[in-house]
Amino acid sequence: MRIEISAKRLQSDFVKKVEEISGQTLPSCYQCGKCSAGCPMSFAMELLPNQIIHLVRLGLEEDIAKSKTIWLCASCLTCSVRCPRGVDLSRIMEALRLITLRKNIDYVEPSRIAAETIAELPQIALVSSFRKLTA
Amino acid sequence: MDLSYYPGCTLKTKSKNLEDSAIASMTALGINLVELPRWNCCGTVYSLADDDLVHHLAPLRNLIRVKEEGNGRVLTLCSFCYNTLKRANLLIKNDQEKRNTINSFMEEEADYEGEVEVVHLLQILRDEIGWEGVSEKVVVPLQGLKVAPYYGCTLLRPQEVAIDQVERPTILQQLLQSLGAEVVDFPFATECCGSFQIVGNPEFVLDCAWNILSSALRWGAEALVVSCPLCDFNLGQRQREISNRYSEFREMPILYFTQLLALSLGLGAEVCRFDLNYVDPRPLLESKGLIR
Repeated sequence: MRIEISAKRLQSDFVKKVEEISGQTLPSCYQCGKCSAGCPMSFAMELLPNQIIHLVRLGLEEDIAKSKTIWLCASCLTCSVRCPRGVDLSRIMEALRLITLRKNIDYVEPSRIAAETIAELPQIALVSSFRKLTA
Repeated sequence: MDLSYYPGCTLKTKSKNLEDSAIASMTALGINLVELPRWNCCGTVYSLADDDLVHHLAPLRNLIRVKEEGNGRVLTLCSFCYNTLKRANLLIKNDQEKRNTINSFMEEEADYEGEVEVVHLLQILRDEIGWEGVSEKVVVPLQGLKVAPYYGCTLLRPQEVAIDQVERPTILQQLLQSLGAEVVDFPFATECCGSFQIVGNPEFVLDCAWNILSSALRWGAEALVVSCPLCDFNLGQRQREISNRYSEFREMPILYFTQLLALSLGLGAEVCRFDLNYVDPRPLLESKGLIR
């Protein structure tokens, strides 16, 4: 993948916004990859969790938006408890989701879920999916 | 002893087997679970954004209800409720600035500072009744039943709310041993089942479930023991589909730890509501002579 790095991007509002919403210090990450190694959903991700952190640091908002990674995160917090640098990646994932959701763009569309699926799913599945993946 | 009890939504709908078997077991062990007269959904997930305080109100209102009842602690059975209530409580206890903002927003409520303690049933069993206290009451030991304890996420992560060691928990194993079961250790005991991704990405959750269940089978388990209603659904409900995709897969019952507790305390199969389990555990339990 060819990526263009520029000073303008590195100092963009996007990077500041992610740090502000997540409360995490992005430079703390030293790219060891432990988060990606333990992530139970990484098999389905084109961009791995540690790559997401790196792309955020470079201000590459569009590249992150092109991948489904942040929407596949199940907030299981495996990465958070294992990070040797104390970075809570689950909060960075949440901040990235919120930046989209706060523009009133949903990832899951409740009205498109079949009635029988809704009837069989436990309430905690529906409520948490809508809390995490809808505006 | 009476203990204030917060059920949450799923226990009143899909997981009556968890609730009924838990309440009956605790009564048999001398603890009366008293449901809060008023409660609301906890929101199921704890907000992970620094600037989002509004989603902490739902869990905190429940804790205010507990305090109003004059109780110092509240018991949860659902892992999601436990995590959300516990984390919201820690936030309001430890972050003065956010506490002030939240309290002034909830003008109609009395100020709350995190006075209520949130506990999970497993903690009461371990820390107050004790494993010896449990095994003394066992009348139907689960002899010869090979079970793998599966913890999921929300009872163990993050560290500050973990009911046991984060990476190597033993609390379910110890309970099952005190009930006389043969405990099977397997490497996926704390791996996420895919959680709420079942709604938007069910095909990926099927793979998560396959990883966990096939590992438990390989290590010799006959059933998986869970505490969380969402783990129960993700690991139980779609086993037929897993069988269709992976021919070597054998269906395996998923049981709530409270069902096995109730059974071994001699409370009978009726209270366990095995009819609500996604994979019927009765043939297995019958084959072991544990139910008739």
